[in-house]
This record gives sequence, C-alpha cells and structure tokens, in this order.
Amino acid sequence: MIEALKDVARHVVARAKRKGATAADAFLREDETFGVTVRRSEVEKLKEAVSKNLRLRVFLGNRTATSQTSDLSPDRIDQLVDETVEMARLTSEDESGGLPDEDAYPTEVPDLRLADPSWDNLSPEQRIDLARRAEAAAFQTDSSITNSEGSSFEYERSKTVLANTIGFVGGYETTAGYLVSVPIAESSGSMQQDHWLSITRYRDKLDSPEDIGRHAAQRALRRLGARKVKTCEVPIVFDPLVARTLVKHVFDAVSGDAIYRKRSFLEGQSGELVASENVTIIDDARLIGGLGSSPFDDEGISTRLTPVVENGCLRGYLHSAYTGRKLGARPTGNGTRTGAGNISVGPTNFYMMPGDQSPDAIIGSVKSGFYVVDLIGFGVNTVNGDYSRGATGLWIEDGKLAYPVQEVTIAGNLREMLRNIEMIGNDIAFMGSVAAPTLKIRKMTLSGE
Amino acid sequence: MSLPGKSVFLESYGGTVHDIESYLSAALERGGDYADLFFELRINHSIALEEQLIKTATKAVNLGVGIRVLSGEKTGYAYSENLDRENILKAARTAAFIASSSAAGGKIGLSAPVDHQHNLYPVTVTPAELEIHEKISLLNQADAAARSYDPRIRQVQASFVDETRHTLLASSDGRYVWDVQPMVRFSISCVAEENGNRQYGLQGAGGRRTLEIFREALDPRALAREAARQAVLLLSAQDAPAGPMEVVLGPGWPGILLHEAIGHGLEADFNRKKTSAFSGLVGQKVASELCTVVDDGTIPFRRGSLNVDDEGNPTNRTVLIENGVLKGYLQDRLSSKLMGVPATGNGRRQGYDHIPLPRMTNTFMMAGPSTREEVIRSVKRGLYATHFGGGQVDITSGKFVFTASEAYLIEDGKITAPVKGATLIGDGPTVLKRVTMVANDLQLDQGIGICSKDGQMIPVGVGLPTIKIDQITVGGTRK
Repeated sequence: MIEALKDVARHVVARAKRKGATAADAFLREDETFGVTVRRSEVEKLKEAVSKNLRLRVFLGNRTATSQTSDLSPDRIDQLVDETVEMARLTSEDESGGLPDEDAYPTEVPDLRLADPSWDNLSPEQRIDLARRAEAAAFQTDSSITNSEGSSFEYERSKTVLANTIGFVGGYETTAGYLVSVPIAESSGSMQQDHWLSITRYRDKLDSPEDIGRHAAQRALRRLGARKVKTCEVPIVFDPLVARTLVKHVFDAVSGDAIYRKRSFLEGQSGELVASENVTIIDDARLIGGLGSSPFDDEGISTRLTPVVENGCLRGYLHSAYTGRKLGARPTGNGTRTGAGNISVGPTNFYMMPGDQSPDAIIGSVKSGFYVVDLIGFGVNTVNGDYSRGATGLWIEDGKLAYPVQEVTIAGNLREMLRNIEMIGNDIAFMGSVAAPTLKIRKMTLSGE
Repeated sequence: MSLPGKSVFLESYGGTVHDIESYLSAALERGGDYADLFFELRINHSIALEEQLIKTATKAVNLGVGIRVLSGEKTGYAYSENLDRENILKAARTAAFIASSSAAGGKIGLSAPVDHQHNLYPVTVTPAELEIHEKISLLNQADAAARSYDPRIRQVQASFVDETRHTLLASSDGRYVWDVQPMVRFSISCVAEENGNRQYGLQGAGGRRTLEIFREALDPRALAREAARQAVLLLSAQDAPAGPMEVVLGPGWPGILLHEAIGHGLEADFNRKKTSAFSGLVGQKVASELCTVVDDGTIPFRRGSLNVDDEGNPTNRTVLIENGVLKGYLQDRLSSKLMGVPATGNGRRQGYDHIPLPRMTNTFMMAGPSTREEVIRSVKRGLYATHFGGGQVDITSGKFVFTASEAYLIEDGKITAPVKGATLIGDGPTVLKRVTMVANDLQLDQGIGICSKDGQMIPVGVGLPTIKIDQITVGGTRK
C-alpha cells in the first residue's frame, strides 16, 4: 500500500520537472481514522474514514509555490501540478529557497517502532467498550459526577510518503490510539468539567479505561466550590498538563522561523543563560515509539536529537532547510509540512528533562501559592515574552492543596518565568509531542479580586 | 433569488439526483431516523509577502462528501474523498452502522431544489490567475505603507487568502440545496523595535467578497498603517494593571466578549446535554436591561453570513438576549429536534470530514442610548480596550477570557497612557449584568474572525457598540 503512495509521489515530482520545475517534492499522507464518543452509557458519535492528501512544493530556481489536494484522481493531480509550476513563476527569488542539500537525507531509514499492528485486533465493539468503561468509571467515582461530555476513543493509522527530484523516496507508517474521559462534577448548582487522557502508539501502553475515568473524575471533583482569591504575587506550580504549554512557548521562540523573522524573545541569545540552571530542554525525533518521532522530517532530512537548552544555557535553534540556510546553521530535521504544502519548523518530541523532585515535595515547598491545573486564552506574546492567561487551580497553604480557585489570571514575562523555575518534578507525562514535568516558578502576578 | 444552473457536483463530477437518492437509501438501510449527504468542494488560493519578497503562492483543493446518519441521539459519520459511486456507497454503509434495526429505509425522493430565501453574496469570481498580479501589487503597496509609517517598523508580513466553497446538501427528508460561498481575507502584521523592545501589531479585513473589495471599500495600505501604528504605540506602553476594575470596550472587534462570554454557552448542544453554565436559564435575566444580543447569519457579504447553513437550513437573525432576558439557543438540526424547537440555521461544519455542530454566525450587541464620550467620561479609573487577540471559554464553569492587544488607562474620565496586552477574565452568565452603559456606535468587525470548537475552525463575525462593564478582572502585572 505504501508503495502505491510512493508511485503517486514519484509521478508528481517527475511531472513537475517535465513542466519546467527545477526541483520539487511531493508529500502524501493516508489516514485511516476511527472515533467513538460514548455519553451517558450510549454511543453518541461514531466516525470512520480513510482520507488521502497530497501536498506539493515546486521550485523554479529560487522561486517557489505549493499546493494541496484531497482529490487524488490522476487528471486533477496533473492539472494541479501544472498550475503549481505556473504559480511559482510569479513569486520572488529567494536565495535561501530550495530542497535540502544532498547530504541531509538518511542513508537508511531507522525503525523507530511507530506502528503497532495489534490495534487491528481490537474490534469496533471493543473500541466502543473502552470509551464506555472510561465513562462508567468516572460516574462511579463519586455521586457528585452528575453529567458528562462523554468519553472518546480514537484511533489513527497513517502512512506518510515523501519523494523529491533529488531522488529521495521514503515512507513510514504510524499508529496512535487515544482515550479521553470528560466528566462533569456538580454541587450546589455549580458545575466543573475536567478531563484525563492516555495517548500512545502501542495498544498495550494505553492506560486502563478505569484509571482514566477515575483520574478525570477526581480532577473535576477537586474543582468544585472554586472561588476567586485576592490579587497577589505568589509562587506558581504548574501541573504537567499545563507545564507542557510553557514548554511549547519555548519551542515557538526557538523555531528558526521565529528567529529569522525577529519574532522571538530568545532571538540573538544562543550561548546565553536563558533559564534557571536546572532546566534542560531537548528535541528528540528518534525517541522509540514517540508521538513526535519520525525517521526523516517532512522534507526528507534525517532526524536527530537536538539539545535546545542545557542547564539553562540556550544551545541553538531548530531549523528546516530554509531557516538553516537563512541563518547559517545546519538543518535539524524539524521541517513540518503545513496544510498548504509549505515547510515550517515544528517540534518532534520536544520536552523538558524531568528533575528529581516528587510533585508532592514541590507543592510541599510552597507556604502560600497557586497550583495551576488549567489555562485558557491566547495571552502569550512570543515576540517579547509577555504572558497573561486565565487560570484554574488549587490554592496551596502550608505545603498542602487547600481549596480550588478559578476566574483568576496569572501574568509575567516568559524570560523571567524561565529564569525563575525553581523546582522540576520527576513526573513527565507524554500526552503529545511536547511534554513537561511539574514545574515551580518562584513568583508571578495572580490577578483576582 | 436562486443560484443559476446546476451544482458543480452534478456538472463536473458526474453524479445524478438518482445516485444521490440511492446513497441516502443505503445510509438508512439499518433503519436510521435521518440521513444527509454533504458534498463540498473548497478551493483556496493564498499568497504571502515577508521580507519584502513574495515568498510563496499556494492553491488548495478540498473535495469530499460527508455522510451522516442519525438514530435518536446517535450520530454515525463517514466520508469519502473519492466521489465514485462505489466509494460513496461504502461510506454510506459505514455511517449506517450507528442504527441497529434491520428495517430498511425505503425509497428516498428528493424535492426539486427551492430558491434560497436570500442571496447574501452575489459575486462574480474572476479566475485566480488574473488576480494574482493584482494581489502581488497590493501586498507590495501594503508593505511599503507599513514601513514608511515609522522607521521603527522592522518586519512586515502580509497575505491574501481567498476561497470559493461549493456545497450541496441532500437529506432523507427530501431537502436538496446547494450554495456557492466566496471569501477573501487580507492580513498584515508588523514588528516594531526600539532599544531591544519589540512589539507586534496585527490588522486584517475581509468578507464573503472577492478581491474587488480591496479596490473599493478597504485599502490594504490603510490597514498596513493601522498595524504599524499599533506596533509602534505598544513600544511606549506600560505594563497592564492587575485586579478588578471598570473596563470600557471600544466598538467592533471587542465584540469577541459576546462570542466567548455568552455565544458558546448558548450553543444548543451544550444546553441539550445540560453541560453549559447557561443550561435552563431561558426566560431569566442574564444581562442588564441595556443588553440585546443577536446572532445574525443574514447580513450581506459578512464573513459569518451564509445563505444556508451546512445542514441546508436558511440562516436567520436569532435574538439571544433581549433587554437582558435570555431568549433562546443557537440550534442545529439534531438539538432542535431533540429539544422540540425550530432549527435556527446555525448547523455548521469545517468541511465534509466533520460532523455539523451548532455554531455562531455574526454575533453582536444592539446599540444603546449613550455616546462613546459619555461612557469614557464616566470612568474615574479604568481600562479602555479597543482591540483584541483571541479568547476562550470553559463552557461548563462559564469562565471566559479575552486578550486585549490595544488598551489605554482611563484616569478621571480621560484616556491616558497605552498599556500592554492583558487578558481579561470573567464569568459568562454574570458579566453582562455588569454592563452599565451602552453607546450608540455599534460596529461590526472587519471580517477576520475564526472560531474553533471540537477542533473545527469556521469563519465568524462579531460586533459591539462601546460599552462599560463596571467590574471585570484585568490580568496585568502592575498593582
């Protein structure tokens, strides 16, 4: 099957070349998806499909254009290839453009064990049952769990193929299963929702539905009776689900795209201390079974492990072929194909190395502070680091979680937040390609009453 | 007014009405209550400038058919990107599995297509090839306008995106409707820099139009200068205050308040399931008497407008809050049937690969009696916010945020220093009770809104007159 996709990709780049392109690459994906949501014990939604998509990039010398289509009928593909070549005639010369250099491609494709065939043994009924059990466990946890946005199981099996005019042709398969539970807790007329999930490439690594449902319920229950607190400056502890958003902001600021556009608070600081000395952040595309792993990136560059921050020191930035050329650095294998077929810089497995403190010890170190379990809004400016987001969590009093808090914001600047990371937990949880453990920041402004 | 000719799906993809009827029969072969087919062809072009270069031009083609089967509260969904008979039938049978009786669906007959109640965006689409040179010229002019605004402007990014979306909806209850929906959007962002201080400004505009709008009503150079002005202004901005205070929201785009604070919470799915903080509040007072809020999908050429929603229902003007009292919810087909109320034409989806959900169109507050000057003059110490970035809401707790990207202090009734972006946080069911003044200057936004729900992104509009909220928490850093 993957060979059929490779044939399409080869055909596309050959045609682009015939039509006048000096270089081209074709990226194809085929996704087989299954999703079920069970709500109040009944199947609410069941969705299944096989979806294909071609993304094409052509170069005419240093000019480029891209295209994307879900219509893979041969005539339409040919027509789109021709149109893309014509569009490329109209764009500007850009000396950093072009395919990756010839020495950038992998000589052999490593097996990172990204696909698990044993998902196939799970019948539709069993998949539905996973969601049903997760929801049931949430309801059984406590009588205050009175409602639910449901529990869902999703499964995706993907084939990714890339071919280019230099002669690189590669492909790999991935699988991923995802189980989430979203219960609602209620007391004295007010409701709180939370969730917990497990996501993994391997069927036997999926957490038990009972654990997921129970954990989700406990998270919703502990938010009941939340109140506002007075505006203050206090230590802030991020749980791993929200700590990963902080690490994602670091990614956004070290992406070569943000650097050459001067849209990063970390621009011009390579080699400098940008975070507390206990902070080490890496991007590792070769993690076995990782949700962000791949043998080569979306333009064919061999992937690798790149240290980004080491003991607080910024080691460098992450690059595609384009941003590498532009900034005089080697590409790091972080090229990601956007919806429209362009290449931008994306994370692989981008995470903060866990520390040696237990989450309890971190909370225990705080006399009076705020443990954040949920953040909402888009108040993060990676151009200058300004940070202000809506937060929900628990108040910490004398080293213990005391009562829930909502309708407050936490604000500061990412530069200071990174330098003020005082403690790092030993509890990293991979729930996507960006991950972090529990973190404690010395102080931020909490705005409330 | 009707749409001329045949739908593109019958014309270019070789389907017949009889084929569509047979797909619907297959979808109901296990006894579902209802089935529909949603054909979609979405073609978009984009072109982007940065570093004074036209860096790339892009074309995207999304073609497919989504097949939905309803059985009670259950939804079965499948889609195919291949419009061959065999592939569509396979998808129909996959979706059919949600129903479990063996009762056959019987024969389906589609009605003759009916004229649209309104044609809100009659446009002549010129071929993309002809427009691309003009877009490049407009992008270059916008770049020059931003850079010449101030020497501290160091970086400019600008783009045009246009889209033509063909839809065709056929359902087992005989509905047979198609539409052609144009869209264009220009955006520009600037980075200003001074002594290591970097700030960012963003502007954009568009609607269900074509490029012609940028020759007439909207000047990309003016938008460019506006983005540059915002970035330069922020160079001298002080940190935003922290804590609850009086806040005045300017007209137009700050209507994002309504979208987050009440709009999402009034979507019928959450209320049918009683998971919204607004569940069961119809008929109750949820806002001050000054507040009347509507969702109107019928305003010509607006980004959030549609002739018919993605379930084939005509769009409407739906009053959500009238003089402070909650009147009703935004309905799609499923929720309206289950709640026993009429559909409001708010069933929307990102594309053929997504299940329709109740969504907003253009959501705004009606004008009030005050003037903007009176509103500002009435504030002793507060914040005046005129432009916003994104927002988000927790439907169940009702807590929402939205982030100011241009704001000023008000001191003794006068606008004074600019302050940096801060997130405002409030409670949906109560924030509008604190609206104490509404001005007579209702504006709709310029047409760049994107709303996300369940991973589905759709275009929407918002609007607001100048209003005063007597207390909301401002999430800055300065006490």
